[in-house]
Amino acid sequence: MTQLSSQPPAAASETAEATTLPAATSHPLIELWHAFRENHAALAGLIIILLIFVAAIGADFIAPHAPTEQFRDYVLVPPFWQEGGSIRFLLGTDDVGRDILSRIIYGARLSMLIGLIVVSLSLVTGVLLGLLAGFLRGVVETVIMRLMDIMLAIPSLLLAVVVVAVLGPGLFNAMLAIAVVYLPHYVRLTRGSVISERDRDYVIASRLAGAGLFRLMFITVLPNCLAPLIVQATLGFSNAVLDAAALGFLGLGAQPPTPEWGSMLADARQYVLDAWWVVTFPGLAILITVLAFNIMGDGLRDALDPKLKR
Amino acid sequence: MLTFLLRKLALLVPTFLGVTIITFALVHLIPGDPVAIMAGERGIDPERHAQLLHELGLDRPIWQQYFDFLWRLLHGDLGRSLVTHNSVFDEFLALFPATLELSICAMVFALVLGIPLGVLAGVKRGSIIDHTVMGTALTGYSMPIFWWGLLLIIFFSGVLGWTPVSGRLSSMFWIETPTGFMLIDTLLSKEPGAFVDAIRHLILPSIVLGTIPLAVIARMTRSSILEVLGEDYIRTARAKGLAPFRVIAVHALRNAMIPVTTVIGLQVGVLFAGAILTETIFSWPGVGKWLIDSVSRRDYPSLQGGILLIATLVMLVNLTVDLLYGLINPRIRHNR
Repeated sequence: MTQLSSQPPAAASETAEATTLPAATSHPLIELWHAFRENHAALAGLIIILLIFVAAIGADFIAPHAPTEQFRDYVLVPPFWQEGGSIRFLLGTDDVGRDILSRIIYGARLSMLIGLIVVSLSLVTGVLLGLLAGFLRGVVETVIMRLMDIMLAIPSLLLAVVVVAVLGPGLFNAMLAIAVVYLPHYVRLTRGSVISERDRDYVIASRLAGAGLFRLMFITVLPNCLAPLIVQATLGFSNAVLDAAALGFLGLGAQPPTPEWGSMLADARQYVLDAWWVVTFPGLAILITVLAFNIMGDGLRDALDPKLKR
Repeated sequence: MLTFLLRKLALLVPTFLGVTIITFALVHLIPGDPVAIMAGERGIDPERHAQLLHELGLDRPIWQQYFDFLWRLLHGDLGRSLVTHNSVFDEFLALFPATLELSICAMVFALVLGIPLGVLAGVKRGSIIDHTVMGTALTGYSMPIFWWGLLLIIFFSGVLGWTPVSGRLSSMFWIETPTGFMLIDTLLSKEPGAFVDAIRHLILPSIVLGTIPLAVIARMTRSSILEVLGEDYIRTARAKGLAPFRVIAVHALRNAMIPVTTVIGLQVGVLFAGAILTETIFSWPGVGKWLIDSVSRRDYPSLQGGILLIATLVMLVNLTVDLLYGLINPRIRHNR
C-alpha cells in the first residue's frame, strides 16, 4: 500500500526517461549502466572484452588455421605487410611454421577460461571465508585473517611459483596457484563489508524475525556487499590473465604446444632479435586484454562508488 | 611511539611463524622425499635411503622436524642446496646485491618519473596532459613486463644497438666484486669504461622492473595531490600570494606524499615478484632468477630458504614503512 503511493507517476516510462528521473526510481542495474555508459573509456573496454569473448568462443570458425598446424615451408614468415609476408598468414608464422594469428585467437579462449576459472574459484572461496570471518568472529576470524596476512606477506608471483612447485607445472595447477594467491583480497573485502553491514537495522530486523545464519549471510547481507566484489572480480580477471601468462613465460604454466600467450612468448624469446613479430603480437594480445579489463574495472568502480557519483 | 613500535613488532611474530610453516610445508608436500630427489633418476638402494633419511632427520615426527627447522633457522641455518651443496643463506647473500641494486635503480626510475608526472596530472586535472599521463599509467600498470622487456630489447639493443642484451657487465671486463653492487665495484676497480658499461647494463632492466611501480606511484600521487589541493591551507597559501610552484612543491606535495609513502612500501613486494621475470629476461644473476632455477632443478632447500628470506624482507620493509608513516604524519603516531 505504502509502496504504491510512494511511486512517482512517471515510473511507468522508467526506461525512456531514466536520465531525467530521480535516481531512486530506476532499477539499480539500470542506474549502474547509466553511470557506466558515461565513461567512454570504460565502455570501450567493455566492447573490447566482448570482442575477445566472441573470438574465444568462435575460435574454430574465426581462426584461419589450426593452432598447432605446422607449415614446414613457411617458417618465420613475416606479417603480410612486410616484404616476404603472405596474405595466408596475416601476422606471420613462428619458428615451426604455425600461424601466429590463429594461435593468438585460440590463446584468447585459453586466457578467458583461465580468467573465469581463477576468478570463480577465488571469489567463491574468498566470499565464503570472508562471510565466516565477519559473522562468526572470535577464533575463526583470527585464524582466517592471520592466514590471509601471511599469504599477503609473500609476493604474489612468488607464492604462485611456490604453489606450482608443489603441484608441478601445468595449466591447471597454474590456475589453482593464481586462485590461491588472490584469495586474500576477496576475503578481506568481504569481511570488511560484512562488518560494516552486520549491525545495520535491516540485518538486526532479519535476525529478530528468526533468520538463520545461512540466510543472514547469503540472502540478507551478501547482496549488499557485492559492489566492491564486482570491481575486484573484474580487476582480478586481468590479474589472472597476466599472472597465467607470466607463469607460462617462466615455463611453469601451460606447456607447449598449447597456444597460451605467455608460453608463446617464452618460445619466441630466442628469436627476439631476428623475428620481431613472433614476440610482439602475443604480448600485444595480453596487454590489450589486461588493459580492457582494468579500464572496465576502473569504470565500474566509479559507477558503483556513491562518493564519486556527483 | 615505543608502544606503537612494540605492537607492530608483536604482530610480526605470528606472521613470520606462519611463513615458516608454509615454507616448511612446501618441502613436505612435494611428492617424493628429498633423498629420492637428491638421488635423481639413478635411484638408491633402500638401506642407504633409510640411512640418509635418518641422517637428515627426516624419519622423525613431523612436528619435531618443524621445530628443528625453526631452531636452525633462528641460528641462521637455512640448509644446503641440493645442487651446489653450498649454504642456502650464503648463496642468497651472494646473489642478493644484484637484485637489490636492480630494485633500487628501478625504484629511483619510478619515483623520479612517477611523482612529477602524478603532480602534473593532478594540477592540470582534466587537461590533455592529465589524460595522457593517466592513460599511459594505466597501460604501464597493465603491462606484461616480460613482454615489455623483450620489446625494449628489440628496439634498443636490436634496432639501435645502444644497450647490451643481458648480464651485469660485459665479459671484456674482469673485476673484483667485494660489495656485490656492480656500480660500486666498477668504480672501485678503476677499470676505464667499466662503470659506464655497468650503467648500460642496468638501464633496460631498471625500466622494465620500474614500470609497474611507476604507474602505481603516478596514479597515487595524482589522486593524493587532488585531495590535498582542496584543503583550506592550500587556499590560504594561494591567498597570501605565494607563487603557484611554491604552493604545489612545498605546501601541497609534502602532505600529498604521506599516502604515496605507503604505496612505495607496498611496491617492494611487487618489485621482488617483478625481479623474477626481469632477471629471467635479462639473465640477471640475482635472487629471482636463482629461485626460478631452483624450481626447475627441484632444489627445494634453496626455494624454501629464498621464499622465507624474501617474505621476511617484505615484512620488515612494510614495518619500516609503517614506522616512517608515523614519523611523517604525527597525527597518527599516538592514537593507533
